[in-house]
Amino acid sequence: MATEHAPTASEYIVHHLTFLTNKKQVGLVDWSVFHLDTLFFSIGLGLLAVFIMARLAARATSGVPGRFQAAVEIVVEMVADQAKGIVHSPKSREFVAPLALTVFVWIFLMNAMDLLPLDVLPKLGEAAGIHYLRVVPTADLNATLGMSLAVLLLCLYYSVKIKGLGHWIHELFTAPFGAHPLLWPINFAMQMIEYVAKTVSHGMRLFGNMYAGELIFMLIALMGAAWAGTLGSGLLWVGGVIAGTVWAIFHILIITLQAFIFMMLTLVYVGQAHESH
Amino acid sequence: MNLNATLFAQLVVFFILAWFTMKFVWPPIMKALDERAKKIADGLSAADKAKSELALTEKKVVDELRKARESATELRAGAEKQGAQLVEEARQEAARIITQARQAAEAEAGVAAQRAKEALREQVAVLAVAGAERILRKEINAQVHADLLANLKQELK
Repeated sequence: MATEHAPTASEYIVHHLTFLTNKKQVGLVDWSVFHLDTLFFSIGLGLLAVFIMARLAARATSGVPGRFQAAVEIVVEMVADQAKGIVHSPKSREFVAPLALTVFVWIFLMNAMDLLPLDVLPKLGEAAGIHYLRVVPTADLNATLGMSLAVLLLCLYYSVKIKGLGHWIHELFTAPFGAHPLLWPINFAMQMIEYVAKTVSHGMRLFGNMYAGELIFMLIALMGAAWAGTLGSGLLWVGGVIAGTVWAIFHILIITLQAFIFMMLTLVYVGQAHESH
Repeated sequence: MNLNATLFAQLVVFFILAWFTMKFVWPPIMKALDERAKKIADGLSAADKAKSELALTEKKVVDELRKARESATELRAGAEKQGAQLVEEARQEAARIITQARQAAEAEAGVAAQRAKEALREQVAVLAVAGAERILRKEINAQVHADLLANLKQELK
């Protein structure tokens, strides 16, 4: 870091918060841009998760399980129990429960990328000619909103499938306040607000937690990088080591919790889609 | 924060991964779990059954043991009684044989003594004659003294 062209703190952070894109993004919303790093890590981790689990599932024994099988079984059973408690239709559970398992494992792995030393993969990327690299896909709003939109689509699908299109539209106008024609617009507005709030908060919650966690890791890394041979900078370095340790340990809780919350909310929203008001 | 096409890519990937999990991960694991649950349930019920069977068998065993002990006691009492009887019979038999043997021996001894006496008596005459000859320094005609000798013989009886 202390070479001829050391970046300033803000340069360092901005660099770390810049995605690897196929082209420069213009404006807040630009549908022609892809975040290549987010896609690479999220698809890579997703495939890794499902292939490892599929390999295990293919060899799963009903006899005495090995340690890895037992560990996966614990997660599967946890998800199956939650799904059974929240989504009451066995037919829907056939898809929703595996989906919840995917969500939990996948998001956990994506969150866990936060625990890798902050500069390792970006530096490796730089050595390979990639100048921007963000390794935590869930710290990308596109990824989390993409998943929460998927959950929204799922909710709409099950609402129509379970209640029938007519009944569902009827409900959009008559719930939650009542069937009086004067209340229709209010009901409809409430329903729309509910759907939007659910979806946005679902994606934003995960994104916010992971983004904030990542940012704190960057600030701690800056403390460590302050080392310049003086007593004050030395103390900062020690502080950086301590803070990094504490935050990383705390982050183990956060990444698990956020993955769990996302999974639970997915189940809850899909479960709500099954219930008539 | 910028929104872009990454969002839709993520959405599609989400469904693909979920579909893959539904197809290849969930069913085999759930099958294994259900099978194991069934195995455990079967094992537990089998253990319960075995336990009650064991209790039943133990009761039967205790019963049998008690019965066996009773019959053994009975048998032993019978055997002891029979043994005592046998011993008694044997003792009586032995006593009888001993008595018989003694009587036989006594009879035989009597006969033998009688025979010895007879023999002696036969010899007495000869001995007496021989003695007398020595005394008289001459031959005695036994025929002459036959009556005397016969009397002697008679006396010795």
